[in-house]
Amino acid sequence: MLLLTCPHCGVTAEETEFAPGGEAHLKRFGPGSDDDAFEAYMFNRKNPMGVHFERWRHAYGCGKWFIAARCTVTLEVFGTYPAQTTEPPAGIVETIKAKRPEWEGYK
Amino acid sequence: MKRYSAFAIFREALRQHQGWTEAWPSPEPRDRYDVVIVGAGGHGLATAYYLGKNHGITNVAVIDKGWLGGGNTGRNTTIIRSNYLQDPSAAIYEKSRSLYETLSQDLNYNIMFSPRGVMMLAQTEHEKRGYLRTERANALQGVDTRFIGPAEVKKLVPIINLDGPRYPVLGALWQARAGTARHDAVAWGYARACSAMGMHVIEQCAVTGVESAGGQVTAVNTTRGTIGCGKLGIVVAGHSGKLADMAGFRLPVESVALQALVSEPIKPCIDVVVMANTVHGYMSQSDKGEMVIGGGADGYNNYTQRGSWHHIEETVRALCETFPMISRLKMLRQWGGIVDMTGDRSPIISKTPLEGCFINCGWGTGGFKAIPGSGWAMAELMAKGNAPLADAFSMYRFREGRFIDESVAAGVAH
Ligand SMILES: Cc1cc2nc3c(=O)[nH]c(=O)nc-3n(C[C@H](O)[C@H](O)[C@H](O)COP(=O)(O)OP(=O)(O)OC[C@H]3O[C@@H](n4cnc5c(N)ncnc54)[C@H](O)[C@@H]3O)c2cc1C
Ligand SMILES: [Zn+2]
Repeated sequence: MLLLTCPHCGVTAEETEFAPGGEAHLKRFGPGSDDDAFEAYMFNRKNPMGVHFERWRHAYGCGKWFIAARCTVTLEVFGTYPAQTTEPPAGIVETIKAKRPEWEGYK
Repeated sequence: MKRYSAFAIFREALRQHQGWTEAWPSPEPRDRYDVVIVGAGGHGLATAYYLGKNHGITNVAVIDKGWLGGGNTGRNTTIIRSNYLQDPSAAIYEKSRSLYETLSQDLNYNIMFSPRGVMMLAQTEHEKRGYLRTERANALQGVDTRFIGPAEVKKLVPIINLDGPRYPVLGALWQARAGTARHDAVAWGYARACSAMGMHVIEQCAVTGVESAGGQVTAVNTTRGTIGCGKLGIVVAGHSGKLADMAGFRLPVESVALQALVSEPIKPCIDVVVMANTVHGYMSQSDKGEMVIGGGADGYNNYTQRGSWHHIEETVRALCETFPMISRLKMLRQWGGIVDMTGDRSPIISKTPLEGCFINCGWGTGGFKAIPGSGWAMAELMAKGNAPLADAFSMYRFREGRFIDESVAAGVAH
């Protein structure tokens, strides 16, 4: 069972208190973008074996969205941060690099 | 390789079973094959088998990083049915189900196909209407299925509780020709039949890279050296994203854990498969007497092959309501597999941006039933460049918006 900490209200709880929302930091392209860009936004996913940034909602708590950095192989959670950002904060990236030296970094 | 037969058993019985030979050899990889298939699960092995059987291509290797059938093929709950809603699905799953009927004879290997019948309970008005629609669609597609009322459900499954307080059983979609088979035996049977045609089934050999020249695939790098290939088939289920990455393209696929569990063995008490999709659980009884139980998949990406406790709790709770007599059964084992979920929850059998490289994946929670049909279609696609059964399942359908929307029809793992 995953334990997650909501960065908004500070509550740490089991995964059943949260709702998963899929890969984070997806870029949506504006009007006039081509089919490939739209397909990439809608369907194509990194699906990595390792470090993954993903959206969660504190569904049975404060109700707010946040982002978790998590390892998809060990389920280790590196940290969480509010969803109102377009890329992972430097602090989280540092934490991950310290724990996973072989990680290729956020791209 | 000697054929299995009643006579062989008799002969061996007379000589202390000394004469049995290995079921299939474990060869060293050659430098090059006409076709290399990555992934010795059911789908990879079936692809190789029908390449040989239907298209005469036998210079083929099937390579796997683990042991044969150690992926989802050996981890699933073996439900086989074909009563899907959309035409392309019904076509390939029904082809598959019908191939299962004679697969033991075809492979000369007992895969224990048991057409015991599968019922999907309708426990809300919406679900009932949905199944009535599927029943009509199946009639047009030539798939033999029927909506039955609660009385008939009770007759087929005496241990069921029809009037649960919240979700009473309003009927069921019943496919009498559907059923189960022995999962390992499907992988073993295909591997043996492939080996008999001279193909190489290579275990303990992980693919670590894909080589190409001028946009055309040329070889795979493996932990046992580089192996050249004319054509490459990627058939690795939950690891498809990784292999696609090696081949230089992205997939509309996410990997999640799906789990199952079995109880202690008890005397026979249910001889059909029951799926309860609204409450999220399904159950059948194995030949050993264990209750084979499955439920929902994890909601987030992972590669852990474990599963989560709260899913077990949900599944078991639902099934205790549906079958009160199982409430005191002890559960013996629980395990997980990594399933590959696509954007529309339908599979991909497709050419890829890399010339000569083909992919078969996205079977998600329900691909055991599809093994023979999928192998049949994938082999045809790889041999001829197109296959009627595979047409609709191209990976380019996501860009084109031609989804095969089955998640609505079957909102549960199966
Ligand atoms: C718990 C559970 C219950 C299920 N229940 C049902 C059911 O009742 N009915 C149904 O129809 N379906 C069911 N399924 C789904 C079904 O099991 C799968 O769709 C099907 O088995 C997939 O077969 P496959 O051959 O594509 O994959 P797999 O059997 O997973 O084979 C893929 C193979 O690729 C290999 N591989 C991966 N990466 C590499 C690499 N880099 N190099 C070499 N080899 C590699 C793996 O070792 C593996 O052996 C269930 C699945 C699970 C997990
Ligand atoms: Zn919160």
